[in-house]
Amino acid sequence: MSTLRAFARAQALAAGVAQPVATVRHLHLAQRPLVLVPLAMAGEANAPLAALVGDAPDAARLLIVPQPRNRDQRFAFAAELAGIVLPYLDGFRGVAEAVPVDRGRDVRYRYVDAPQLLVPNPAGITFLRLLGRSTRFRRPDGEYPVHPSVPVLGRWLTFFAERAEHPGSSALLAMTDALSLHWATGQSVVEDLHLPALLGWIDPPTGLTGAEAAVRAEDPATCPPAGPATDPDFDNQRLAPAIDTYAAAEDDAVARAGAYAELERLLRDQLEPTWELMWRGVGLLRGLPPGARVAGRWDGDKDAFTGYAEHVDSGGAPQPRRDGAVAAAQRLHRLERSLTSYAVQRAYDDPLVMAEHRLSGEAFVGEVTLADPKRVDDTGRRPVLRPRIQLVTTEPVPMPLGATLYSPARPAQKARVVFVTPVSDGRTEVVLELSGGMGRGLTAPPGSVPEVGERLCYTTLSDAFMPAGAFPAVEETPWTHGGPPVPTLVPSGSAPDAETGAGSAPDAETGSGLVLGAAAGDRAVAAVSFPVDGDPGEDWA
Amino acid sequence: MTSTEERLAAIRGGVPPRRHNARTIAALTGNPGCTRRAVLDGAGVDKPKLAELIGFPARFGQSRFAITRGNAFEAQVKADGGAELLRLVAERLGVPVPAAASWTDLGDGVEDDTAARHRRSAALLTDATPGGADDIAALFDHPLLGLDVAGRRVHLEPDLVAARLAGRFHVVEIKSFPVVDGQADPAKVSAAAIQAAVYVLALRELLAAAGHDPELVSHDAVLVCPRDFANQPVASLVDVRKQLLVLRRQLDRMARVDALLAAVPEDFTADLTAEPTALLAALSGVPARYAPDCLAACELAYFCRDEARGHTGALGRPVREALGGVAEVDAVLALAAGERAAEPGQEEAAALLRAAARLRADALAGTPA
Repeated sequence: MSTLRAFARAQALAAGVAQPVATVRHLHLAQRPLVLVPLAMAGEANAPLAALVGDAPDAARLLIVPQPRNRDQRFAFAAELAGIVLPYLDGFRGVAEAVPVDRGRDVRYRYVDAPQLLVPNPAGITFLRLLGRSTRFRRPDGEYPVHPSVPVLGRWLTFFAERAEHPGSSALLAMTDALSLHWATGQSVVEDLHLPALLGWIDPPTGLTGAEAAVRAEDPATCPPAGPATDPDFDNQRLAPAIDTYAAAEDDAVARAGAYAELERLLRDQLEPTWELMWRGVGLLRGLPPGARVAGRWDGDKDAFTGYAEHVDSGGAPQPRRDGAVAAAQRLHRLERSLTSYAVQRAYDDPLVMAEHRLSGEAFVGEVTLADPKRVDDTGRRPVLRPRIQLVTTEPVPMPLGATLYSPARPAQKARVVFVTPVSDGRTEVVLELSGGMGRGLTAPPGSVPEVGERLCYTTLSDAFMPAGAFPAVEETPWTHGGPPVPTLVPSGSAPDAETGAGSAPDAETGSGLVLGAAAGDRAVAAVSFPVDGDPGEDWA
Repeated sequence: MTSTEERLAAIRGGVPPRRHNARTIAALTGNPGCTRRAVLDGAGVDKPKLAELIGFPARFGQSRFAITRGNAFEAQVKADGGAELLRLVAERLGVPVPAAASWTDLGDGVEDDTAARHRRSAALLTDATPGGADDIAALFDHPLLGLDVAGRRVHLEPDLVAARLAGRFHVVEIKSFPVVDGQADPAKVSAAAIQAAVYVLALRELLAAAGHDPELVSHDAVLVCPRDFANQPVASLVDVRKQLLVLRRQLDRMARVDALLAAVPEDFTADLTAEPTALLAALSGVPARYAPDCLAACELAYFCRDEARGHTGALGRPVREALGGVAEVDAVLALAAGERAAEPGQEEAAALLRAAARLRADALAGTPA
């Protein structure tokens, strides 16, 4: 945690209310996001129990599973959820816009907007990821048929869960993450994962301090947990008897309807407080102006949505259970690049975030005291425009001579550190030589060179384009990563799945860590299967 | 009776100590630096009841659904004399699946007579040490093991011990959380690992006591979980060497509880019949080391959190470190505002905090950057 954020927590504790750690909103907020509050059955492998879903505060739809251990009912739930999610997604596929590619020589099309899913907490994202995993390989035909919408839902949920790992993406957000990005509370990071307590700090009810509101929010009797895990007391005392009553009703239609209604009432009571909190969170985030680079990142989400919609339309395969070596390396590279660029963009957009970097010596703010906008360097083959400016700052300047700095005010311009001279009373004079962002001539256009009196921030953080890394083709996977995969064509229609009892390939690997049987032939639905990459236990590190 | 034992009994208020089990022993490895916890656990105080009495009830309920599911899965895995289990474990260990294995249920028998159960388990397990190649594999269902915790014998009941597979003993834990595409919830895996380490330690001590090599017990515990979203079991190996080290250190520390007691006031008591106000006062006399992680592991955490309010450590250790190690929030704010002079050794932290306060104020006031 940065010192500045930690300090904001200390201030929040003293003030009794959360303190801002951002002056702008760093994420996109859709006009009508699809809010999804899921509950899971305790002890089962991601068995859905209930969900409240809707794209407006008064449009909540309740889905429940009266007997969560029943597989058919689970897939019926998935089909019902698909009946809400898929039309919502289709609603964004009306209008596409042309985007120039290849330096304007060509255009491609992408939808003008994209869907956004909101869940209460990171555990909610995990729930959707696993629900996607448990449904995307299902088939509408064969031995255990499901509704045709179920595997499509599974692919989309997997798409959203993968986007959620992408730094800077707003396609699927956990409300606790979104709020903690903008406010610091007077409690720990662990406690911030509890949405009611977090909102208690950010927006305490009148007459209560944030701390008091958070403590009140911790009692599951007055404030049900935000899911997907339920309160054990609720399970034991209220849910279990209601499920038993429903099961005991068997073929008695009247008793069954009554028991179903009772289950609905119980589960709605557990979900509704979280539903309210979700929309309160949306309201709080809407109150912040969006950062300048948020729209650009949302364009990335639109691209991803368009691309995946086309993939689904063209009958593309569902996402594999595990990425192959090359795909995994490419994905990691993409995630690292967007992590870096997301951090830089937030700092450029928000002086309060830049302040964190100023405190850690990656940036300083100073006033321009001298400027030579006409300076030309003619020592090389061709004379080039290289203006110099001098700034005076009271902040430490640990950057070495020759380092390249950037200013959020002129992101296209590079500034090389020429001199750093400490002067009296803690001030430092910094001379920078500028290049770029001034046209092609030997005279800088007005405004392209900072003028005397301007207060500017210079930082080592660069928002410049980062070229993508080079990766080998799949068939040239190096031996260090398992070598080229051996393609085995799995005949369609006989796709084995763990749940149907087939596909229990014996695992030969043994080793340290938790080794698991994801052997070749297991990744059945993708036409080509790959061997496990490296040590299968590395997932546990 | 030694004076240490007398003192621990006095702390408990004369009631018999609360029994430890693998789960509570595993919990001991969290926050080893906390004296309050070490003393209360060493004395075997009923912490859930204590927390309730002083008005900070713990929330460690378990859902009936989870318990039912756990039991059903264990029963399913162990069905047919463990034939399926034997195959899973042997395949995971990379040895040929034996045609047959003996199955000994050590879980039944006279319910109350733990001593007899314990003797029977000990005798059969020591007899099952791997010998020649013609030894047949042996599976022991719910053997009863023992471990010394804070000077008292604790009974432990692992789900299963497999003997004479790959030439070693293996502790097998059956858990009902799923392993999806080779991955499981890391928190649940680490909890299972430390619990398995408790059993490995107990089994090693049993063999050592009988004059065998304790290393005959493998440090790889076998975890059997449902695979993906089905009920089909899958076995995985978990290396518990690290957990064994942590566990040994903490048990050694608890064995030296008299050293800890030296730092505790003479009249300290957690007698559950005492007045809540007296209990609160007594507890405050024993130093705790609250961290937010305690909320998930210790029944007294809500009390300690309340007590630690205003301390930077209660916001999490990273927060405290980022604030230059200054312990109290008031001090942080006073140093940042320049209202308090830095104590020796705090100068650097004070400068950092002043800079942080200035930068935050600047940015929030909208000073262009």
